[in-house]
Amino acid sequence: MTVWIFAAACLAGSLGAVSRFVVDGEIRRRRPSSFPWATLVINVTGSLLLGIVTGAVVAHGEPTVWKTVVGTGFCGGYTTFSTAMVETLRLAQGKATIATMTYALGTLVAATAAGGTGLALGWWL
Amino acid sequence: MPVAPHPTAGAAAPHPANRPVHLSAPMIAIVAGGALLGTAARYGLALRWPVRTAAWPWATFTVNLIGAFALGFVLEALARRGEDAGHRRLVRLGIGTGFLGAFTTYSSLAVETDMLVHAARPALAVAYPLASVSAGLLVALAGIALAAGHHRWRLSRLPQDPDAVDTSPADGEKR
Repeated sequence: MTVWIFAAACLAGSLGAVSRFVVDGEIRRRRPSSFPWATLVINVTGSLLLGIVTGAVVAHGEPTVWKTVVGTGFCGGYTTFSTAMVETLRLAQGKATIATMTYALGTLVAATAAGGTGLALGWWL
Repeated sequence: MPVAPHPTAGAAAPHPANRPVHLSAPMIAIVAGGALLGTAARYGLALRWPVRTAAWPWATFTVNLIGAFALGFVLEALARRGEDAGHRRLVRLGIGTGFLGAFTTYSSLAVETDMLVHAARPALAVAYPLASVSAGLLVALAGIALAAGHHRWRLSRLPQDPDAVDTSPADGEKR
């Protein structure tokens, strides 16, 4: 691990977070809703991308620097666990029990399924 | 097309205001700066805490719980101090959206779960994501409760504090 790879991963994480900020803002502006669609979309698409990169590295021995910069950096900065937790509590606070369960478990299932799909894609591509 | 400000806008801190904050260059720069440090903290911790394959992903589990607690605390503390504007918005974007958003990760949680399935560790593959989310919700709630408790303590100690009186949101404490 060189300091350059570390720096590249941090920059990629920064780019990922800015992408999340912009995508989140655009989805909220176009589809205003009390249901946190934006974070759901971000976490699912980020898991798909991380799956693809991880699958490619595992299957084809792609340089792990890609896994570090795109996976640990970009995908890690793009997706967020903390916001998903706080948004779940907000839904629960609003007494939206079905929406709360749907959001918490739906994100988990959809992100894991997207990650698995990505692993298969990265493997076969 | 401006929308009337919501009376409890302070309680819904992560929702951007009516203007597209997410397209403002200074706001983007603040998110980018916080995220640079957040990614460095997460990656630095992962490097010092290597996790064996097919084992419980402690590094991700830990950063996610720390980040969920901190975000609950920060957002609640900001919401109780007033509306999402000025320096409060900068703190929310830099520390919340930037640092803590990048520090925590959902994609690693998802793909690590998939890798546990791949490694034929079904018990871990079920326990890890469910423990992450249930513990994540508990610690975020603890962070919110701590910020709320601190705010009440602050108000009870400083009833004359002009900051506490003037900038409290509509849903502020009734004392």
